[in-house]
Amino acid sequence: MDVIWDAIRDAIRLLAGGDQQTYEIIWLSLRVSVSATAIAFALGLPLGMLLAFGRFRGRWPVLALVNTGMGLPPVVVGLVVTVLLWRSGPLGDLGLLFTPTAMVIAQASIGAPLVAGLSAAALQHVDPDFRVQMQAIGASPARALWEVAVEARLPLIAAGMAAFGALISEVGAAMMVGGNIAGETRVLTTAAVLEASRGEFALAVALGLILLTVAFTVNLALTTLQQRGRP
Amino acid sequence: MPHSSVLVQKRSVSRLVAITSSILVVGLAGCGEGESGGKGSLIVATTTSTRDSGLLDVLIPAFEQDSGIEVKTLAVGSGEALELGERGEADVLLVHSPAAEEELMATGKAGQRRLVMHNDFVVVGPAGDPARIAGKPVAEAFAGVADAEASFVSRGDDSGTHSAELGFWEDAGVQPGGGWYSETGQGMGATLRVADERSAYTLADRGTYLAQPGELEILVEGDPDLLNVYHVIDMTAKAGDRVNVDGAFSFADWIVSTEAQELIGAFGKDEYGRALFTPDAGKTEAQVEAAA
Repeated sequence: MDVIWDAIRDAIRLLAGGDQQTYEIIWLSLRVSVSATAIAFALGLPLGMLLAFGRFRGRWPVLALVNTGMGLPPVVVGLVVTVLLWRSGPLGDLGLLFTPTAMVIAQASIGAPLVAGLSAAALQHVDPDFRVQMQAIGASPARALWEVAVEARLPLIAAGMAAFGALISEVGAAMMVGGNIAGETRVLTTAAVLEASRGEFALAVALGLILLTVAFTVNLALTTLQQRGRP
Repeated sequence: MPHSSVLVQKRSVSRLVAITSSILVVGLAGCGEGESGGKGSLIVATTTSTRDSGLLDVLIPAFEQDSGIEVKTLAVGSGEALELGERGEADVLLVHSPAAEEELMATGKAGQRRLVMHNDFVVVGPAGDPARIAGKPVAEAFAGVADAEASFVSRGDDSGTHSAELGFWEDAGVQPGGGWYSETGQGMGATLRVADERSAYTLADRGTYLAQPGELEILVEGDPDLLNVYHVIDMTAKAGDRVNVDGAFSFADWIVSTEAQELIGAFGKDEYGRALFTPDAGKTEAQVEAAA
């Protein structure tokens, strides 16, 4: 149990004491995971709309596939992205392996099905008559779709929070495609794994506590946005 | 997003548009930042033992400062490091798995293999020493552990330490396996901790053992077989078109230079009261063994 007390002390020391390295790691974690969540949202929401309202053959199997993708193991995604980005791989010319961009690509791939699956469910939950009524009062189909999204903003923002939570806390893909290189691709989760493997348990737990603090701050902002104007 | 002039909830729409686009801007900004020299940089693949002991934190910044080359260090098991080298995904290797290194050299894809330094392995175990191996030569000690079926924790990760361990079982004439033998598949630090928790024996490099306080004690040391020798191997264009051949050669040259060798020789004296590695550049393996 000493480890937990030491961890709390370490976390406060790292956060309040102005430890440059810790700030850099926090900033990189945020940059990578927020970017990846944004891209996952930009890809996942249209796909979710298509799955919710599109009428095409094979919609159910695709939906099932997306829902399966909600549980993609990060380490598998990381491995596939690594092989694609290898110097000898098809995208090797880009020289992206072991960079933050590679981490964003991998995390966005993990997050997109999550956003798509959750947003399809959120959009389908809106009364189907709503979209019909919108079009009846003169809204274009695209506009009506947008209004449905606005109507479903609470669960959609929740989908964003779920994706962000999954991405900032994943370690498999970040480790695999980033390489946990100090000062370049070391994020909170990979740093925690490293410290644990070095036997620095208190420091590892402290990094975990910092991760939770960061996630809480982001979610507090999103929740404020989500709950605005509600009692 | 498409806009038409319907006046339904116009405010929330523009708000959402604003939010979404600002998220995307943040997202894309995050993408572009901090990509300095993805192509020109040098990838050094090395073992977890050099990282976990802290040696890399001393050597890499010194090399970067001397050469102006930006280094990406991957600390992985020797098996993975050698594989990355052979595929041309890493430019230069600092590894300790002699048999596997010679296999890599035989492919002709590597430049030179140069001796850098050594430390030694130690057999550690619980203070009670249930298999009574203290002070024995390493092969006898391993045979003793197997005879007593005392718990032994193996790295099991194809690392240099793991291949050394497998060699000792062979020397002892034992096929390890069964309830007393377990594999962690993890690095040295993690494996030492598992062994500690289970009061089991394990093979460790001295550096990581010293860096990680625990209950286990050194039971076997000083046997010439326990030498843990590190070589640097620079990869060539034969391993892949994108290998940073010049950078790899500079690094290999630098790590056997007087300056780097002095850094290696001094490393650990402040913290542990003794050096963790012995610099060996220019020596032959026979000389290193004779000195030990």
